[in-house]
Amino acid sequence: MPEEFQSALRFENVSVVFNDGTEALRDISFDVCRGETRILLGAAGAGKTVLLKTAMGLVPVTRGKVFLFGQDITGKKEVELFDIRARIGMLFQESALFDSMTIAQNVAYPLLNQRTSRMPHEKMEPAVRDSLRFVELEQTVDKYPSELSGGMRRRAAIARAVVNKPPLLLYDSPTAGLDPITAHTIMALIIKERDVDNTTALVVTHRYQDGNLVANFRYNPDSGRLDPAGETGTHTVFMVLREGRLVFEGNQTGLESSGDSYISKFVKRPEKEAA
Amino acid sequence: MLDFLKGPIQAVQEFYELTGRAIANIVKRPHYVDDILLQMDVIGVGSIPIVLLTGFFSGAVMAMQMGRSLQTYGQTGRTGQFVSIILVRELGPVLASVMVAGRNASGIASELGSMKVTEQIDAMRALGTDPVQKLVTPRMIATAFMLPALTVIDDFVGMFGGWVMSSVLFGLPTRQYWTTSWQALVWNDVGQGLLKPFVFSFAISLIGCYYGLRTTGGTQGVGRATTQAMVAAAVSIFILDLFISKIFVGLSS
Repeated sequence: MPEEFQSALRFENVSVVFNDGTEALRDISFDVCRGETRILLGAAGAGKTVLLKTAMGLVPVTRGKVFLFGQDITGKKEVELFDIRARIGMLFQESALFDSMTIAQNVAYPLLNQRTSRMPHEKMEPAVRDSLRFVELEQTVDKYPSELSGGMRRRAAIARAVVNKPPLLLYDSPTAGLDPITAHTIMALIIKERDVDNTTALVVTHRYQDGNLVANFRYNPDSGRLDPAGETGTHTVFMVLREGRLVFEGNQTGLESSGDSYISKFVKRPEKEAA
Repeated sequence: MLDFLKGPIQAVQEFYELTGRAIANIVKRPHYVDDILLQMDVIGVGSIPIVLLTGFFSGAVMAMQMGRSLQTYGQTGRTGQFVSIILVRELGPVLASVMVAGRNASGIASELGSMKVTEQIDAMRALGTDPVQKLVTPRMIATAFMLPALTVIDDFVGMFGGWVMSSVLFGLPTRQYWTTSWQALVWNDVGQGLLKPFVFSFAISLIGCYYGLRTTGGTQGVGRATTQAMVAAAVSIFILDLFISKIFVGLSS
Protein backbone atom coordinates (compact mmCIF):
# COMPACT_ATOMS: atom_id res chain seq x y z
CA MET A 1 0.00 0.00 0.00
CA PRO A 2 1.46 3.42 -0.92
CA GLU A 3 2.81 5.37 2.00
CA GLU A 4 0.38 8.26 1.71
CA PHE A 5 -2.56 5.96 2.35
CA GLN A 6 -1.00 4.69 5.57
CA SER A 7 -1.01 8.16 7.03
CA ALA A 8 -4.24 9.15 8.74
CA LEU A 9 -3.24 12.70 9.66
CA ARG A 10 -0.14 14.66 8.71
CA PHE A 11 0.95 18.17 9.62
CA GLU A 12 3.71 19.72 7.50
CA ASN A 13 5.26 22.86 9.00
CA VAL A 14 1.87 24.14 10.07
CA SER A 15 1.52 27.59 11.59
CA VAL A 16 -1.73 29.22 12.61
CA VAL A 17 -1.87 32.96 13.17
CA PHE A 18 -5.13 34.59 14.24
CA ASN A 19 -6.43 37.91 12.93
CA ASP A 20 -5.18 39.75 16.02
CA GLY A 21 -1.61 38.55 15.26
CA THR A 22 -1.52 35.80 17.92
CA GLU A 23 0.51 32.83 16.74
CA ALA A 24 -1.39 29.81 18.10
CA LEU A 25 0.69 27.13 16.33
CA ARG A 26 4.25 27.50 15.11
CA ASP A 27 5.86 25.23 12.54
CA ILE A 28 4.21 21.99 13.67
CA SER A 29 5.08 18.76 11.82
CA PHE A 30 4.03 15.21 12.69
CA ASP A 31 2.48 12.19 11.04
CA VAL A 32 -0.14 9.97 12.66
CA CYS A 33 -0.08 6.52 11.06
CA ARG A 34 -3.14 4.32 10.84
CA GLY A 35 -3.76 2.24 13.95
CA GLU A 36 -1.66 4.58 16.06
CA THR A 37 -2.74 6.53 19.13
CA ARG A 38 -1.17 9.93 19.69
CA ILE A 39 -1.25 11.58 23.07
CA LEU A 40 -0.83 15.34 22.88
CA LEU A 41 0.14 16.88 26.22
CA GLY A 42 0.27 20.58 26.93
CA ALA A 43 -0.68 23.24 29.44
CA ALA A 44 -3.82 25.35 29.07
CA GLY A 45 -3.34 27.83 26.20
CA ALA A 46 -0.56 25.78 24.57
CA GLY A 47 -2.64 25.44 21.38
CA LYS A 48 -3.95 21.88 21.83
CA THR A 49 -7.55 22.63 20.85
CA VAL A 50 -6.43 24.82 17.95
CA LEU A 51 -4.29 21.94 16.69
CA LEU A 52 -7.28 19.57 16.77
CA LYS A 53 -9.53 22.07 15.03
CA THR A 54 -6.83 22.71 12.44
CA ALA A 55 -6.65 18.96 11.81
CA MET A 56 -10.32 19.03 10.77
CA GLY A 57 -10.12 22.27 8.81
CA LEU A 58 -12.27 24.07 11.41
CA VAL A 59 -9.44 26.59 11.86
CA PRO A 60 -7.62 27.69 8.68
CA VAL A 61 -3.88 27.15 8.33
CA THR A 62 -1.73 30.27 7.85
CA ARG A 63 1.39 28.42 6.64
CA GLY A 64 2.15 24.76 5.96
CA LYS A 65 -0.11 21.86 4.98
CA VAL A 66 -2.51 19.43 6.63
CA PHE A 67 -3.22 16.02 5.10
CA LEU A 68 -6.15 13.81 6.10
CA PHE A 69 -5.98 10.22 4.81
CA GLY A 70 -3.36 11.39 2.31
CA GLN A 71 -5.55 14.20 0.99
CA ASP A 72 -4.34 17.79 1.26
CA ILE A 73 -7.11 19.79 2.97
CA THR A 74 -5.18 23.06 3.12
CA GLY A 75 -7.05 25.93 1.54
CA LYS A 76 -10.06 23.82 0.65
CA LYS A 77 -13.47 25.47 0.80
CA GLU A 78 -15.74 24.61 3.72
CA VAL A 79 -18.19 22.73 1.48
CA GLU A 80 -15.37 20.56 0.12
CA LEU A 81 -14.42 19.42 3.62
CA PHE A 82 -17.77 18.01 4.78
CA ASP A 83 -17.33 14.59 3.22
CA ILE A 84 -13.83 14.08 4.57
CA ARG A 85 -14.90 15.31 8.02
CA ALA A 86 -17.61 12.64 7.99
CA ARG A 87 -14.76 10.11 8.24
CA ILE A 88 -13.51 11.64 11.49
CA GLY A 89 -15.11 11.51 14.91
CA MET A 90 -14.45 14.41 17.24
CA LEU A 91 -15.12 14.74 20.94
CA PHE A 92 -15.26 18.38 21.98
CA GLN A 93 -13.99 19.56 25.33
CA GLU A 94 -17.45 20.57 26.56
CA SER A 95 -19.11 17.69 24.67
CA ALA A 96 -20.97 20.12 22.34
CA LEU A 97 -24.12 18.01 22.31
CA PHE A 98 -27.10 19.67 20.63
CA ASP A 99 -29.09 20.79 23.64
CA SER A 100 -32.44 20.98 21.85
CA MET A 101 -32.20 17.31 20.81
CA THR A 102 -32.54 14.15 22.88
CA ILE A 103 -29.52 11.90 23.37
CA ALA A 104 -30.84 9.49 20.73
CA GLN A 105 -31.30 12.36 18.26
CA ASN A 106 -27.80 13.61 19.04
CA VAL A 107 -26.26 10.21 18.39
CA ALA A 108 -28.35 9.77 15.24
CA TYR A 109 -27.32 13.21 13.94
CA PRO A 110 -24.34 12.07 11.80
CA LEU A 111 -26.35 9.20 10.34
CA LEU A 112 -29.29 11.43 9.44
CA ASN A 113 -27.48 14.51 8.23
CA GLN A 114 -24.18 13.60 6.61
CA ARG A 115 -24.31 13.59 2.86
CA THR A 116 -22.29 10.38 2.65
CA SER A 117 -24.06 8.35 5.30
CA ARG A 118 -27.74 9.27 5.23
CA MET A 119 -29.22 6.08 6.56
CA PRO A 120 -32.77 4.73 6.32
CA HIS A 121 -34.66 4.97 9.62
CA GLU A 122 -34.95 1.19 10.09
CA LYS A 123 -31.15 0.80 10.04
CA MET A 124 -30.51 3.92 12.06
CA GLU A 125 -32.22 2.88 15.28
CA PRO A 126 -30.10 -0.25 15.86
CA ALA A 127 -26.94 1.74 15.06
CA VAL A 128 -27.87 4.39 17.64
CA ARG A 129 -28.73 1.73 20.21
CA ASP A 130 -25.43 -0.09 19.58
CA SER A 131 -23.48 3.11 19.98
CA LEU A 132 -25.24 4.01 23.23
CA ARG A 133 -24.74 0.46 24.50
CA PHE A 134 -21.04 0.85 23.74
CA VAL A 135 -20.85 3.77 26.20
CA GLU A 136 -23.36 2.12 28.58
CA LEU A 137 -25.97 4.84 28.21
CA GLU A 138 -28.89 2.92 26.70
CA GLN A 139 -31.23 4.16 29.41
CA THR A 140 -30.80 7.81 28.40
CA VAL A 141 -32.16 7.73 24.84
CA ASP A 142 -35.10 10.05 25.53
CA LYS A 143 -33.29 12.38 27.90
CA TYR A 144 -31.92 15.80 26.97
CA PRO A 145 -28.23 16.66 27.49
CA SER A 146 -29.11 19.08 30.31
CA GLU A 147 -30.61 16.17 32.28
CA LEU A 148 -27.32 14.25 32.30
CA SER A 149 -24.22 14.59 34.46
CA GLY A 150 -20.95 15.88 32.98
CA GLY A 151 -19.50 12.38 32.66
CA MET A 152 -22.64 11.04 31.00
CA ARG A 153 -22.63 13.94 28.54
CA ARG A 154 -19.02 13.14 27.67
CA ARG A 155 -19.98 9.48 27.11
CA ALA A 156 -22.96 10.48 24.96
CA ALA A 157 -20.63 12.68 22.90
CA ILE A 158 -18.31 9.69 22.42
CA ALA A 159 -21.32 7.65 21.24
CA ARG A 160 -22.11 10.38 18.69
CA ALA A 161 -18.48 10.53 17.54
CA VAL A 162 -18.24 6.78 16.92
CA VAL A 163 -21.75 6.00 15.64
CA ASN A 164 -20.75 5.96 11.96
CA LYS A 165 -17.51 4.05 12.70
CA PRO A 166 -15.00 6.72 11.62
CA PRO A 167 -11.43 5.45 11.12
CA LEU A 168 -9.92 8.50 12.87
CA LEU A 169 -10.99 9.94 16.22
CA LEU A 170 -9.94 13.25 17.77
CA TYR A 171 -10.51 13.70 21.50
CA ASP A 172 -10.25 17.18 22.96
CA SER A 173 -9.45 16.97 26.69
CA PRO A 174 -11.83 14.05 27.28
CA THR A 175 -11.23 14.04 31.04
CA ALA A 176 -11.12 17.79 31.71
CA GLY A 177 -13.19 18.80 34.70
CA LEU A 178 -14.14 15.25 35.65
CA ASP A 179 -13.54 13.41 38.92
CA PRO A 180 -10.84 10.66 38.81
CA ILE A 181 -13.37 7.80 38.68
CA THR A 182 -15.39 9.29 35.81
CA ALA A 183 -12.16 10.31 34.05
CA HIS A 184 -11.01 6.69 34.25
CA THR A 185 -14.34 5.52 32.79
CA ILE A 186 -13.94 7.91 29.84
CA MET A 187 -10.35 6.80 29.18
CA ALA A 188 -11.44 3.17 29.41
CA LEU A 189 -14.03 3.91 26.69
CA ILE A 190 -11.37 5.49 24.48
CA ILE A 191 -9.17 2.39 24.90
CA LYS A 192 -12.18 0.14 24.25
CA GLU A 193 -12.97 2.04 21.04
CA ARG A 194 -9.34 1.76 19.93
CA ASP A 195 -9.14 -1.98 20.58
CA VAL A 196 -12.63 -2.98 19.39
CA ASP A 197 -12.75 -0.96 16.16
CA ASN A 198 -8.97 -0.61 15.64
CA THR A 199 -9.24 3.13 15.15
CA THR A 200 -6.54 5.77 14.90
CA ALA A 201 -6.78 8.44 17.58
CA LEU A 202 -5.33 11.75 18.63
CA VAL A 203 -6.00 12.40 22.32
CA VAL A 204 -5.39 15.89 23.62
CA THR A 205 -4.99 16.08 27.37
CA HIS A 206 -3.14 17.84 30.15
CA ARG A 207 -3.14 14.71 32.37
CA TYR A 208 -0.18 12.40 31.93
CA GLN A 209 -2.06 9.51 33.59
CA ASP A 210 -4.53 9.51 30.67
CA GLY A 211 -1.67 8.90 28.24
CA ASN A 212 -0.12 6.33 30.53
CA LEU A 213 -3.40 4.38 30.61
CA VAL A 214 -3.72 4.44 26.82
CA ALA A 215 -0.08 3.38 26.35
CA ASN A 216 -0.04 0.52 28.83
CA PHE A 217 -3.49 -1.02 28.96
CA ARG A 218 -5.73 -2.95 26.60
CA TYR A 219 -9.43 -3.62 26.65
CA ASN A 220 -10.33 -7.19 27.53
CA PRO A 221 -13.60 -8.02 25.73
CA ASP A 222 -14.22 -11.07 27.95
CA SER A 223 -14.02 -9.31 31.29
CA GLY A 224 -15.02 -5.87 30.00
CA ARG A 225 -12.07 -4.41 31.96
CA LEU A 226 -8.65 -3.00 31.16
CA ASP A 227 -5.69 -5.37 31.39
CA PRO A 228 -2.00 -4.44 31.26
CA ALA A 229 -0.78 -4.54 27.66
CA GLY A 230 2.35 -6.41 28.70
CA GLU A 231 5.42 -6.78 26.51
CA THR A 232 3.52 -6.28 23.24
CA GLY A 233 2.53 -2.79 24.36
CA THR A 234 0.33 -0.47 22.33
CA HIS A 235 1.13 1.68 19.34
CA THR A 236 1.16 4.93 21.29
CA VAL A 237 3.24 8.02 20.60
CA PHE A 238 3.48 11.03 22.91
CA MET A 239 3.81 14.66 21.86
CA VAL A 240 4.20 17.75 24.03
CA LEU A 241 3.05 21.19 22.93
CA ARG A 242 4.44 24.33 24.51
CA GLU A 243 3.18 27.78 23.52
CA GLY A 244 2.28 26.60 20.03
CA ARG A 245 5.48 24.64 19.46
CA LEU A 246 5.96 20.90 19.43
CA VAL A 247 8.75 20.33 21.95
CA PHE A 248 8.62 16.53 22.17
CA GLU A 249 7.61 13.61 19.98
CA GLY A 250 8.44 10.05 20.95
CA ASN A 251 7.58 7.07 23.12
CA GLN A 252 6.78 6.97 26.81
CA THR A 253 10.32 6.02 27.85
CA GLY A 254 11.72 8.99 25.98
CA LEU A 255 9.13 11.26 27.56
CA GLU A 256 9.86 10.05 31.07
CA SER A 257 13.62 10.36 30.65
CA SER A 258 13.46 13.87 29.16
CA GLY A 259 15.53 16.42 31.01
CA ASP A 260 13.36 19.32 29.85
CA SER A 261 11.79 20.97 32.89
CA TYR A 262 8.50 21.77 31.06
CA ILE A 263 8.10 18.17 29.91
CA SER A 264 9.04 16.67 33.25
CA LYS A 265 6.28 18.72 34.91
CA PHE A 266 3.72 16.63 33.01
CA VAL A 267 5.31 13.28 33.66
CA LYS A 268 4.46 11.36 36.77
CA ARG A 269 5.43 7.79 37.49
CA PRO A 270 2.98 5.37 35.87
CA GLU A 271 0.17 4.15 38.05
CA LYS A 272 0.19 0.39 37.92
CA GLU A 273 -3.39 -0.25 38.84
CA ALA A 274 -6.26 0.05 36.39
CA ALA A 275 -9.87 -0.86 36.00
CA MET B 1 -6.41 55.80 8.04
CA LEU B 2 -9.36 53.86 6.69
CA ASP B 3 -9.01 51.11 9.29
CA PHE B 4 -12.32 52.06 10.92
CA LEU B 5 -14.10 51.10 7.67
CA LYS B 6 -12.62 47.61 7.61
CA GLY B 7 -15.05 46.20 10.19
CA PRO B 8 -18.30 47.35 8.54
CA ILE B 9 -17.07 46.42 5.05
CA GLN B 10 -16.06 42.97 6.23
CA ALA B 11 -19.43 42.57 7.97
CA VAL B 12 -21.29 43.46 4.75
CA GLN B 13 -19.09 41.07 2.78
CA GLU B 14 -19.73 38.25 5.28
CA PHE B 15 -23.47 38.93 5.22
CA TYR B 16 -23.63 38.73 1.43
CA GLU B 17 -21.48 35.59 1.48
CA LEU B 18 -23.92 33.99 3.92
CA THR B 19 -26.87 35.13 1.81
CA GLY B 20 -25.30 33.66 -1.33
CA ARG B 21 -24.59 30.33 0.33
CA ALA B 22 -28.06 30.13 1.89
CA ILE B 23 -29.74 30.81 -1.47
CA ALA B 24 -27.42 28.45 -3.39
CA ASN B 25 -28.25 25.69 -0.88
CA ILE B 26 -31.91 25.75 -1.99
CA VAL B 27 -30.93 23.67 -5.02
CA LYS B 28 -28.15 21.65 -3.35
CA ARG B 29 -28.47 18.33 -1.57
CA PRO B 30 -29.12 17.36 1.16
CA HIS B 31 -32.50 19.07 1.69
CA TYR B 32 -33.58 19.24 5.31
CA VAL B 33 -37.36 19.20 4.75
CA ASP B 34 -38.09 18.32 8.40
CA ASP B 35 -36.21 21.41 9.54
CA ILE B 36 -38.13 23.61 7.06
CA LEU B 37 -41.47 22.31 8.34
CA LEU B 38 -40.37 22.74 11.95
CA GLN B 39 -39.32 26.33 11.29
CA MET B 40 -42.59 27.03 9.45
CA ASP B 41 -44.37 25.95 12.60
CA VAL B 42 -42.11 27.98 14.90
CA ILE B 43 -41.98 31.13 12.76
CA GLY B 44 -45.39 30.98 11.04
CA VAL B 45 -47.87 29.25 13.35
CA GLY B 46 -46.07 30.53 16.44
CA SER B 47 -46.45 34.15 15.27
CA ILE B 48 -50.21 33.95 14.59
CA PRO B 49 -51.33 35.18 18.07
CA ILE B 50 -49.08 38.25 17.98
CA VAL B 51 -50.14 39.05 14.39
CA LEU B 52 -53.84 38.66 15.27
CA LEU B 53 -53.55 40.98 18.24
CA THR B 54 -51.48 43.70 16.60
CA GLY B 55 -53.46 43.46 13.36
CA PHE B 56 -56.84 43.83 15.07
CA PHE B 57 -55.88 46.74 17.26
CA SER B 58 -53.94 48.60 14.57
CA GLY B 59 -56.95 48.31 12.21
CA ALA B 60 -59.31 49.41 14.97
CA VAL B 61 -57.28 52.44 15.98
CA MET B 62 -56.77 53.42 12.36
CA ALA B 63 -60.54 53.30 11.72
CA MET B 64 -61.13 55.38 14.82
CA GLN B 65 -58.64 58.09 13.81
CA MET B 66 -59.63 58.02 10.12
CA GLY B 67 -63.32 58.11 10.98
CA ARG B 68 -62.84 61.16 13.18
CA SER B 69 -60.99 63.03 10.44
CA LEU B 70 -63.42 61.99 7.72
CA GLN B 71 -66.36 62.97 9.93
CA THR B 72 -65.25 66.60 9.54
CA TYR B 73 -65.97 66.33 5.80
CA GLY B 74 -69.00 64.07 6.22
CA GLN B 75 -67.12 61.22 4.59
CA THR B 76 -67.14 58.54 7.30
CA GLY B 77 -68.55 56.18 4.67
CA ARG B 78 -65.06 56.00 3.15
CA THR B 79 -63.38 54.75 6.32
CA GLY B 80 -63.20 51.19 4.99
CA GLN B 81 -61.53 52.38 1.82
CA PHE B 82 -58.75 54.17 3.72
CA VAL B 83 -58.26 51.38 6.22
CA SER B 84 -57.93 48.70 3.54
CA ILE B 85 -55.52 50.69 1.35
CA ILE B 86 -53.23 51.65 4.22
CA LEU B 87 -53.32 48.14 5.66
CA VAL B 88 -52.70 46.25 2.43
CA ARG B 89 -50.08 48.59 1.04
CA GLU B 90 -48.13 49.58 4.13
CA LEU B 91 -49.22 48.84 7.63
CA GLY B 92 -50.03 45.14 7.22
CA PRO B 93 -46.69 44.12 5.65
CA VAL B 94 -44.60 46.42 7.84
CA LEU B 95 -46.38 45.68 11.10
CA ALA B 96 -46.45 41.91 10.58
CA SER B 97 -42.80 41.96 9.55
CA VAL B 98 -41.69 44.09 12.50
CA MET B 99 -43.60 41.79 14.84
CA VAL B 100 -41.99 38.71 13.27
CA ALA B 101 -38.60 40.45 13.38
CA GLY B 102 -39.07 41.15 17.08
CA ARG B 103 -40.08 37.60 17.73
CA ASN B 104 -37.99 35.61 15.25
CA ALA B 105 -34.91 37.60 14.17
CA SER B 106 -34.06 37.87 17.86
CA GLY B 107 -35.10 34.25 18.48
CA ILE B 108 -32.96 32.96 15.62
CA ALA B 109 -29.98 35.08 16.70
CA SER B 110 -30.18 33.89 20.31
CA GLU B 111 -30.64 30.25 19.31
CA LEU B 112 -27.75 30.22 16.84
CA GLY B 113 -25.66 32.44 19.11
CA SER B 114 -26.06 30.00 22.00
CA MET B 115 -25.11 27.16 19.67
CA LYS B 116 -22.05 29.11 18.55
CA VAL B 117 -20.71 29.87 22.02
CA THR B 118 -21.24 26.28 23.20
CA GLU B 119 -19.32 24.91 20.18
CA GLN B 120 -22.45 23.28 18.73
CA ILE B 121 -21.89 25.02 15.40
CA ASP B 122 -18.31 23.72 15.32
CA ALA B 123 -19.63 20.27 16.25
CA MET B 124 -22.03 20.45 13.33
CA ARG B 125 -19.14 21.30 10.98
CA ALA B 126 -16.96 18.61 12.57
CA LEU B 127 -19.73 16.05 12.05
CA GLY B 128 -19.59 16.73 8.33
CA THR B 129 -22.71 18.86 7.98
CA ASP B 130 -23.01 22.41 6.71
CA PRO B 131 -24.49 24.74 9.37
CA VAL B 132 -25.71 27.07 6.62
CA GLN B 133 -27.55 24.19 4.92
CA LYS B 134 -28.88 22.81 8.19
CA LEU B 135 -29.73 26.02 10.06
CA VAL B 136 -29.85 29.06 7.76
CA THR B 137 -31.53 27.80 4.58
CA PRO B 138 -34.50 26.16 6.38
CA ARG B 139 -35.14 29.35 8.38
CA MET B 140 -34.88 31.47 5.23
CA ILE B 141 -37.30 29.27 3.26
CA ALA B 142 -39.74 28.98 6.18
CA THR B 143 -39.82 32.76 6.73
CA ALA B 144 -40.22 33.43 3.00
CA PHE B 145 -43.32 31.21 2.92
CA MET B 146 -44.86 32.19 6.24
CA LEU B 147 -44.41 35.98 6.35
CA PRO B 148 -46.62 36.73 3.29
CA ALA B 149 -49.23 34.37 4.75
CA LEU B 150 -49.05 36.13 8.11
CA THR B 151 -49.39 39.47 6.33
CA VAL B 152 -52.61 38.33 4.64
CA ILE B 153 -53.96 37.34 8.07
CA ASP B 154 -52.80 40.66 9.52
CA ASP B 155 -54.52 42.60 6.70
CA PHE B 156 -57.80 40.77 7.16
CA VAL B 157 -57.82 41.00 10.96
CA GLY B 158 -56.93 44.70 10.67
CA MET B 159 -59.89 45.30 8.37
CA PHE B 160 -62.05 43.35 10.78
CA GLY B 161 -60.87 45.58 13.65
CA GLY B 162 -61.63 48.63 11.49
CA TRP B 163 -65.12 47.30 10.81
CA VAL B 164 -65.82 46.76 14.52
CA MET B 165 -64.70 50.30 15.33
CA SER B 166 -66.56 51.89 12.38
CA SER B 167 -69.79 50.12 13.34
CA VAL B 168 -69.57 50.90 17.04
CA LEU B 169 -68.33 54.51 16.87
CA PHE B 170 -69.75 55.82 13.60
CA GLY B 171 -72.63 53.41 12.93
CA LEU B 172 -71.23 52.59 9.51
CA PRO B 173 -73.29 49.86 7.78
CA THR B 174 -71.40 46.56 7.46
CA ARG B 175 -72.07 46.21 3.75
CA GLN B 176 -70.83 49.71 3.01
CA TYR B 177 -67.62 49.20 5.00
CA TRP B 178 -66.68 45.93 3.32
CA THR B 179 -67.75 47.04 -0.20
CA THR B 180 -65.66 50.21 -0.06
CA SER B 181 -62.75 48.27 1.42
CA TRP B 182 -62.86 45.69 -1.36
CA GLN B 183 -63.41 48.17 -4.20
CA ALA B 184 -60.56 50.40 -3.07
CA LEU B 185 -57.96 47.70 -3.69
CA VAL B 186 -56.28 47.19 -7.06
CA TRP B 187 -53.77 44.54 -8.15
CA ASN B 188 -50.89 46.94 -7.63
CA ASP B 189 -51.80 47.15 -3.93
CA VAL B 190 -52.09 43.41 -3.53
CA GLY B 191 -48.83 42.92 -5.45
CA GLN B 192 -46.78 45.24 -3.26
CA GLY B 193 -48.62 43.99 -0.18
CA LEU B 194 -47.33 40.48 -0.86
CA LEU B 195 -43.95 41.35 -2.34
CA LYS B 196 -42.96 43.43 0.66
CA PRO B 197 -43.25 40.67 3.29
CA PHE B 198 -41.51 38.26 0.89
CA VAL B 199 -38.52 40.61 0.60
CA PHE B 200 -38.61 41.49 4.33
CA SER B 201 -38.56 37.79 5.19
CA PHE B 202 -35.03 37.47 3.80
CA ALA B 203 -33.88 40.44 5.86
CA ILE B 204 -35.42 38.98 9.03
CA SER B 205 -34.14 35.42 8.71
CA LEU B 206 -30.72 36.18 7.26
CA ILE B 207 -29.95 39.04 9.67
CA GLY B 208 -31.00 36.80 12.58
CA CYS B 209 -28.79 33.98 11.32
CA TYR B 210 -25.87 36.28 10.53
CA TYR B 211 -25.76 37.85 13.99
CA GLY B 212 -26.27 34.44 15.59
CA LEU B 213 -23.44 32.78 13.69
CA ARG B 214 -20.93 35.55 14.40
CA THR B 215 -21.63 35.59 18.13
CA THR B 216 -18.61 35.69 20.40
CA GLY B 217 -18.17 36.39 24.08
CA GLY B 218 -20.39 33.94 25.95
CA THR B 219 -23.86 34.72 27.27
CA GLN B 220 -23.25 38.47 27.10
CA GLY B 221 -22.39 38.03 23.43
CA VAL B 222 -25.64 36.13 22.86
CA GLY B 223 -27.61 39.00 24.40
CA ARG B 224 -25.76 41.52 22.25
CA ALA B 225 -26.34 39.49 19.08
CA THR B 226 -30.06 39.21 19.87
CA THR B 227 -30.47 42.95 20.30
CA GLN B 228 -28.38 43.79 17.23
CA ALA B 229 -30.34 41.33 15.09
CA MET B 230 -33.69 42.77 16.16
CA VAL B 231 -32.60 46.39 15.59
CA ALA B 232 -30.91 45.67 12.23
CA ALA B 233 -33.88 43.64 10.97
CA ALA B 234 -36.43 46.30 11.98
CA VAL B 235 -34.40 49.14 10.42
CA SER B 236 -33.87 47.10 7.23
CA ILE B 237 -37.62 46.56 6.96
CA PHE B 238 -38.31 50.30 6.96
CA ILE B 239 -35.51 51.04 4.48
CA LEU B 240 -36.60 48.27 2.10
CA ASP B 241 -40.21 49.41 2.46
CA LEU B 242 -39.33 52.85 1.14
CA PHE B 243 -37.57 51.41 -1.93
CA ILE B 244 -40.32 48.92 -2.77
CA SER B 245 -43.02 51.56 -2.27
CA LYS B 246 -41.13 53.91 -4.58
CA ILE B 247 -40.98 51.25 -7.30
CA PHE B 248 -44.72 50.56 -7.06
CA VAL B 249 -45.60 54.25 -6.94
CA GLY B 250 -43.56 54.60 -10.14
CA LEU B 251 -45.41 51.66 -11.72
CA SER B 252 -48.86 53.01 -10.94
CA SER B 253 -48.22 56.57 -12.10
